[in-house]
Amino acid sequence: MRYQASKLLLTTFLVGALAACAPAPAAPAAPTAPPAEPTPTAAPAEPTPTAAPAEPTPTTAPAAPAMSGKIKIATQSPLSGPQAALGTGIRNGADLGLQDMGKMLTDMGFEVELAPFDDQAKPEVGAANAKNIASDPDILCIVGHLNSGVALASLPTYKDNSLAMVSPANTNPKITESGYQNAFRVVGRDDVQGAVGEEFARTEMKIKSVYIIHDKTDYGQGVAEFFRQQAEKNGIQVLGFEGTEEKSNFESILTPIQAANPDLIYFGGIYDQAGPMFRQARDRGITAQFLGPDGLDSPELLKLAGDAVKGMYYTSVAAPVSQFPDAAKFAEDYKAKFNEDAPPFSAQAYDAMGICIRAIAQAAEKAGGKPSREQVVQAIRDAGEYKGITGAYTFNAKGDPVTSTYFVLQVSDKDGEPGEVWNANAVVKKLDIPAP
Amino acid sequence: MAIAADALPAPASRRTLRMTLAGVFGPLGQVFIFVVGSAIVLSVITVLVAFLLRGTRTNVDLVQATLTILPQVIVDGLVRGFLFATIALGYTMVYGVLEFINFAHGEIFMVGAFSGAALGTVLAASGMLNAIPPLLFVLIAVIVGMLVSGMLAMTIERVAYRPLRNAPRLVPLISAIGVSLLLQDGMRLIANVTGLGFNARFPTPNFGPPLQLAQIPAADGRTIPLILDVRALIFIVAATLMLIGLNYLVNATKLGTAIRAVAQDRPTASLMGINVNQIIALTFLIGGALGGAAGVLFGIRVGTVNPYIGFLPGLKAFTAAVLGGIGNIPGAMVGGIVLGFLEAFVASYLSLLTGGAFSGASYADIVAFAILILILIFRPSGLLGEAVAQKV
Repeated sequence: MRYQASKLLLTTFLVGALAACAPAPAAPAAPTAPPAEPTPTAAPAEPTPTAAPAEPTPTTAPAAPAMSGKIKIATQSPLSGPQAALGTGIRNGADLGLQDMGKMLTDMGFEVELAPFDDQAKPEVGAANAKNIASDPDILCIVGHLNSGVALASLPTYKDNSLAMVSPANTNPKITESGYQNAFRVVGRDDVQGAVGEEFARTEMKIKSVYIIHDKTDYGQGVAEFFRQQAEKNGIQVLGFEGTEEKSNFESILTPIQAANPDLIYFGGIYDQAGPMFRQARDRGITAQFLGPDGLDSPELLKLAGDAVKGMYYTSVAAPVSQFPDAAKFAEDYKAKFNEDAPPFSAQAYDAMGICIRAIAQAAEKAGGKPSREQVVQAIRDAGEYKGITGAYTFNAKGDPVTSTYFVLQVSDKDGEPGEVWNANAVVKKLDIPAP
Repeated sequence: MAIAADALPAPASRRTLRMTLAGVFGPLGQVFIFVVGSAIVLSVITVLVAFLLRGTRTNVDLVQATLTILPQVIVDGLVRGFLFATIALGYTMVYGVLEFINFAHGEIFMVGAFSGAALGTVLAASGMLNAIPPLLFVLIAVIVGMLVSGMLAMTIERVAYRPLRNAPRLVPLISAIGVSLLLQDGMRLIANVTGLGFNARFPTPNFGPPLQLAQIPAADGRTIPLILDVRALIFIVAATLMLIGLNYLVNATKLGTAIRAVAQDRPTASLMGINVNQIIALTFLIGGALGGAAGVLFGIRVGTVNPYIGFLPGLKAFTAAVLGGIGNIPGAMVGGIVLGFLEAFVASYLSLLTGGAFSGASYADIVAFAILILILIFRPSGLLGEAVAQKV
């Protein structure tokens, strides 16, 4: 008896819910569509007309579910482990973005929430998280990852579930070259970054020979490979190309380097490996200059390597926050909220969050209710230029920004706290290069 | 050796003295033979391969290139080998007495390294780091590391192993792996909370420039210095002292006799009035202290520590212990050094000899585990296997 009663109740409820949902988009959305002009940049003004018809009649069944419900935006980045310094920056930047721009969605009647996930910089952890993210129907967009290898492991799951990923940091070309319609990024690509580094090494640092080390990840090996291709093409002598997962004891790798006596050691990878390696190289009396990609962009490098990296150059797709005039308020807010200077990629995460929010708002507008994941992906594709705090982004058909900025930076040779010294790093060169 | 004679109940006749000397320094000879032997064998093989391959690479004189870095590779291999050896000593101690592999030993090593790093950070913050002589700092840091790791090992034994002592052998093995994970992530938490950071810097006083042992002429007319880092030298000396000390302890003291008795037959030893629990706890204390000392010396040498540094060296030290004959003290030393040599040769030469087709540094890790498998198949008792009967 009780079983039957509950079944009956459940069926009635389901039917009611369906009935409530079905007419909802039709009725209130029609009048609101015209005022929601297709101009993509001006968003905050629009939510009011949609909120208005929904609010006064909260008791009537058809209108209530139209613009309500929970929307979550996930972040995935390493929050623990050796690369946590950059990963927490991404989460915090996205958090700040949601706080500043989430109003666009809350005004419409949605509840918004950040869902941070820790991928530990490990592909298998990222892929497992991706499954959890996919199974939460409230998550409509993802800001992340830090590591390209982790993103590439998670992307198939996102793709199967039509989840949009806007990456603030992934630079491996495969992210957008593999045909994932749902992958976007706000930064440049390693095939360009490797070439920028090589050109800088050849023309400004006057390098004749190089020894290349990488960390065997999609990111590190990728960028090192592009550096090598360009170097070989342009006549720099490549004395060695080695991959290693070693984190602390680099003796056996440094011995052949010392014998080869290169002008430059190029390291494709992240600061947690580069720091100890550079310091041990200097301890051994290796005088070669160092160069590396944006994975080295963290005060942690200075903490781990000490004087060995003072004055060294590195390339990046993300300059210090101080380089972006529009990001001044972000930098202040970040420091006030998280009690540290905004690390690299945090401002990009803020913009990635902005892109997600705008797309969800537009998709909701169009759907007249909580949008589907497909609609969000489509909205990012269709939205046109997004003016963020780190630049204006328009995505091409692959998901790359049409033009990206690449930087060459130099580590400051000041003394002091690593965090402060790192903020004083100077931009030596700035290049705007269209996506290949 | 007067102490040794005092410690032994037997009258200090010339015979006992001779036996003591043989027990303490005899194994050193064995280690020395294996060190020299493996260095020579590996060098000859490498040069031979370079000689055979010389025609395939036109742009480089392979034999010359191989010979140029050979002395440095041997030095690197020795340093690497001593690292594995010092960790392997702890494994072997525990295995010898309990016949159970303490997989948390790598983490005991890591905790030792972290306690040294914490000490260095405190000293650096107070500005005392550069005021005290470097060697004194090493001594203090090693003592701190030994105390922390020794106590930790004893606690682990009391909490996670002793209650399982009569359980099937697989059970304490699993609890050891659990302890190992607990220590890794526990240390990760502590490091983050205390502000040491995941990648903690190990501040050390300035040891000065590395020693230049020789100048080796290279193909292009340059000379390449043969370098031995002062910190690596300290490491080698300290590891040798640890081996001598351990040999002395096990072979020439009352405690050592008791440890050997417990290792051979636990019930009978307890009937002879030996407090078995106490002896096992002391074994863990000694093994842990050795691991802690190795951790501190490793930290001083490489300059950074993180909660996962114990994992891979731990596995390799286990390989080293098996290679030398697990449960056998000189065997651990020999196994560690042979493994260190092999890895250094592979890491430095593979890429050169194959013209970059194989990246040496990435294949070095595989060598350790390939050896483990080969040894287990062909000589399960290890290189010094015949000595296994007299455990520890």
